[in-house]
Amino acid sequence: MVPLWWYIVLGVVLFVIGAAGVLLRRNILVVLMSLELLLNSVNINFIAFGHYYDDFRGQIFAIFVIAITAAEVAVALGILVALARNKSTLKVDEVTIMKG
Amino acid sequence: MDQGFFLLFAAASVVAALTLVLARNPVHSALALMACFLQVSAIFVLLEAPLLAVIQIFVYVGAIMVLFLFVIMMIDVREAVLQRFLPGSNLPVLVLLVLLGVEMLVLVLRSDRFSVAEPVATSTGGEVRQLSTTLFADYLLPFEVASVILLAALIGAIVLARKEPR
Repeated sequence: MVPLWWYIVLGVVLFVIGAAGVLLRRNILVVLMSLELLLNSVNINFIAFGHYYDDFRGQIFAIFVIAITAAEVAVALGILVALARNKSTLKVDEVTIMKG
Repeated sequence: MDQGFFLLFAAASVVAALTLVLARNPVHSALALMACFLQVSAIFVLLEAPLLAVIQIFVYVGAIMVLFLFVIMMIDVREAVLQRFLPGSNLPVLVLLVLLGVEMLVLVLRSDRFSVAEPVATSTGGEVRQLSTTLFADYLLPFEVASVILLAALIGAIVLARKEPR
């Protein structure tokens, strides 16, 4: 049987890699994909704890996380298409419209 | 047996995640993310959550990744390939990430709360039935709120991606 902390460590590693992608990459598309990776590593934690403590709420919260992620991706890609049409750039450091 | 499978899937998912962050071409990143999600769904099967594994494949690999690939096809990404990372010094970010990772690892490994080796009680059979009963009875309001959020996101995405009338 796999000990619980193996799953937690896997979640930690995936979270750090995803955070590195969010903070370091220049392409907005890759930043969005790294955000997906972050949410997925949290899902691993939810389901692992739910399994080891025999509680269905872990899986239910994971389902909600997946639903909210789908909504977030739809809105983010809509913003991205509008951005690419109006400013024709995909670099995070060149999108400074809201800078005061 | 279980441990071997877990190590295999975990190693493959970490390699795919590193490929996602390091690849030059966004299409390669998208494919690496797809591979990572498949490994994570295999890990969900190991955790005896087959419904979640199937949902993961349907929603992430089937819907979200196809959405990403469509957007990559619509937008010309060739000019974005040249520079992978943000210009300037990335040292503070790297220090922050290492601190974050080390902090989480120390907290997990030093605590005895995470050292459970066996599930507390193994429920057998009818898992999906129990899960859906809990979801539709106790968590009905969050379920409805989530569906309203999805509807709002759908309408919002259509409005955002539409051409503005001039």
